[in-house]
Amino acid sequence: MSLLQNIKKGIRNNIVPVVFTILCLVGAIVAQASPFFLLSSVVVRLARNLLLVFSLIIPVVSGLGLNFGIVLGAMAAQIALVAVTHWNITGLGGFVVAAILSVPLSILFGWLTGKVLNKAKGNEMITSMMLGFFANGLYQLLFLFILGGVIPMVNEAIMLPSGIGIKNTVSLRGIKYALDDVIKISYGSLTIPILTFAVIALFALAIKFLLQTKLGQELRCVGQDMNIAATSGIDVDKMRIIAVIMSTVLAAWGQLIHLQNIGILQTYGSHEQVGLFAVASILIGGASVTKATIGQAVLGTFLFHLLFIISPMAGQQLVGEPQVGEYFRAFVAYGVIGVSLALHAWQKQQAQKDKLKQEI
Amino acid sequence: MSKPILQLIDISKEYYGNRVLKKVNLTVYPGEVHAIVGENGAGKSTLMNILFGMPVIHSTGGFSGQIIFDGEPADINSPKVAMEKGIGMVHQEFMLLPGFTITENLKLNREITKHNLVSKLLGEKMKSLDMEAMRKDARKALDTLGVDIDEMLPVEGLPVGHKQFIEIAREIDKTNVRLLVFDEPTAVLTEIEADLFLKAVEKLAASGIAILFITHRLSEVMQVADNITVIRDGEVVGRLTREEATIEDMARLMVGRKIDRIEKTKKVNNGTDENILEIKNLKVDMPGEVVKNVNLNVKKGEILGIGGLAGHGKIGIANGIMGLYPASGEVIFKGEKIKLNSPNDVLSRGMAFVSEDRRGVGLLLDESIEKNIVLTAMQVQRKFLTRILGVNFALSSKIREHAKKLIKELDIRCTGPEQPVRRLSGGNQQKVCIARAVTLEPDLLFVSEPTRGIDVGAKKIVLDLLLKLNQELGMTIVITSSELAELRSICDRIAIIYDGKLEGILPPDADDTDFGLMMAGGHSDKAKEVS
Repeated sequence: MSLLQNIKKGIRNNIVPVVFTILCLVGAIVAQASPFFLLSSVVVRLARNLLLVFSLIIPVVSGLGLNFGIVLGAMAAQIALVAVTHWNITGLGGFVVAAILSVPLSILFGWLTGKVLNKAKGNEMITSMMLGFFANGLYQLLFLFILGGVIPMVNEAIMLPSGIGIKNTVSLRGIKYALDDVIKISYGSLTIPILTFAVIALFALAIKFLLQTKLGQELRCVGQDMNIAATSGIDVDKMRIIAVIMSTVLAAWGQLIHLQNIGILQTYGSHEQVGLFAVASILIGGASVTKATIGQAVLGTFLFHLLFIISPMAGQQLVGEPQVGEYFRAFVAYGVIGVSLALHAWQKQQAQKDKLKQEI
Repeated sequence: MSKPILQLIDISKEYYGNRVLKKVNLTVYPGEVHAIVGENGAGKSTLMNILFGMPVIHSTGGFSGQIIFDGEPADINSPKVAMEKGIGMVHQEFMLLPGFTITENLKLNREITKHNLVSKLLGEKMKSLDMEAMRKDARKALDTLGVDIDEMLPVEGLPVGHKQFIEIAREIDKTNVRLLVFDEPTAVLTEIEADLFLKAVEKLAASGIAILFITHRLSEVMQVADNITVIRDGEVVGRLTREEATIEDMARLMVGRKIDRIEKTKKVNNGTDENILEIKNLKVDMPGEVVKNVNLNVKKGEILGIGGLAGHGKIGIANGIMGLYPASGEVIFKGEKIKLNSPNDVLSRGMAFVSEDRRGVGLLLDESIEKNIVLTAMQVQRKFLTRILGVNFALSSKIREHAKKLIKELDIRCTGPEQPVRRLSGGNQQKVCIARAVTLEPDLLFVSEPTRGIDVGAKKIVLDLLLKLNQELGMTIVITSSELAELRSICDRIAIIYDGKLEGILPPDADDTDFGLMMAGGHSDKAKEVS
């Protein structure tokens, strides 16, 4: 095979990241942004979002597709955060308490999600998305009515004036930068939260390690073919539930890292976009509904947020209207998922065509 | 002689009142290669499922008879028990994970593990895989078979032959294996691979493992089997040793004359010399029924049968031409080239198809009989429609009239044209399928497995109906069927497909032996030897 053919094949196999890299480059040129500014913005967003994106890997490997159900993990984290804020536990201690508190919640949510997804084999992605919407209803019930309405709770700072329900925005002053500020390097506007990245790296290694254990082997086996896994004596349903639970717990911790960086909890909105953005990120990195790696997650998160920063700027430069830039953002987030899924489908078709050609 | 490793005594099995095995007896000795030959549906697979304790047997009421394994009565009620006793099975379809390496597949859920820091805390499941040890075992198993492939390659993209060897290696790697069952192991192998495989089988047998070998390829049977059991319609019809067996004997025993042959009706119109359909280099990618290269002409006015064993591609031909599976090649209908992969084009040119997958592809089960009958004609030919202000409306009175007429003509037993198809019996559902095809008034009708899953009485009615369409309306019919007897009863010519290619065309009154040989692929081999 000639070099040219090799390059062609390489591009075809990585068409999604390639297309989005080009988009980013074009956008950066149009937006006339300074590279340093872009870098510092992206670093902040990487620290914020990587763990959330990582939480998608295990379900993909286990054949559940992209788990939009990580929204439930985010909810678990937010419940824990509200509790911590209410008890006024601040700093790293508050963050750790919230992390511990979110575990039983997210295990429960993950277990329930897994149970449902086992009933919906083959339609996991749409089911998990719908579960997210459904859970959102319960979540609202909890925060708008049960807290203060059923469970007595008094806290003027975070509750609505009526004394029932939680305010729309809750300041997380107590734990803002709780993790980021422990060890960090600053250079101008660029701040690198070392400890946060260390924690994220630790989780990346943990996922890698897990996939190399006996349990990981079983998860991968289930992911490739449930039938064969069952024939060789693996408890398929159990494995799938384990995968979803791990994903949900990781997502909860990911959301905690996310919110401690932002510092404000949009009680009824912070979790909503979590699934969508994480899915868009990992897809841009070249992952598909059947294959995902840490590398793809990192690359994808990088590209997605770069595009996310660039597109409103580019919009403004092109049209001269900042409002239009905001439209660009929403357009990018949803468009990305559509385009990358379409590109994956095209890739699959090409592969099938090649296979047919080979056989005949 | 040593003690037999396996004895099957008076094994009988019924599926829903349908007897598929009748008092089968079988004895296998250690180190023996025992071949079981028979047509599709003869009961071979059922027998092996019983031996392997497959759930399908026990969920359908179990079986009667006794299994004696290694001198002791054995109650094999699950594959796990079978494996523990040392029975290994190499499945017809591959149980391999494409994304895993050969080693990983070989050791699937039997991985060798070792402790690490985490596993000491969190338990067994967190143990690391000992890839080095697994690799060694895999190498050993592959060497036993004499296969020289890298044990760390991913399975995806390997030639099927290698996949087959990996399946076998997996069974060998289970240290306690004493009886190995091969379910049509060479069906997917090329000749060279098959040779290699047969050598490996001999090697295994020499090491004292008993081997049960299910196959269609009679020449292979002659090559490796020590003893041969021929099964037909659930009964043992012959036991031969290698010395006394000939391919011709086996073929004859395998096909046999079936008792309930449908009386051949006197035919007046046996087709002309004009070709209505020419198939050139047809390739169809239908999973499990791949058509590799078929050249075949259909004469105007004839009934052409397409026969062959399951999995050899006979069903793929009609499905490919009708555009249901990706196809390539050239198909010329009435002098014009048709567009492949386009059901609409084919239908509008005057071909119709009665699918083998009646309940899946053929019918809208919850719709009424009349809707099912007219649906395709409405869609493709705009029949039964009237256009008012640019919108198509169905003419329900016309539809009702037409449905009633066909229900009467085809004798569809129902409560009325509005009855949902789901509640009809198999035979009547098939008639609805045919009624729909007839509504299109096709010049050429493809019918796949028209009598599958319907009872004997209904079979005859369906076949008579096809014959009537051919004789009275001059419709050209191409029937694909696994049941040779039924093809022989109504066809003018019978094409036998083997390994995705046309093996030969026989008149319906040709000798059993010829049919048997062609279906087993032995015909062209023999022809080669003669020439």
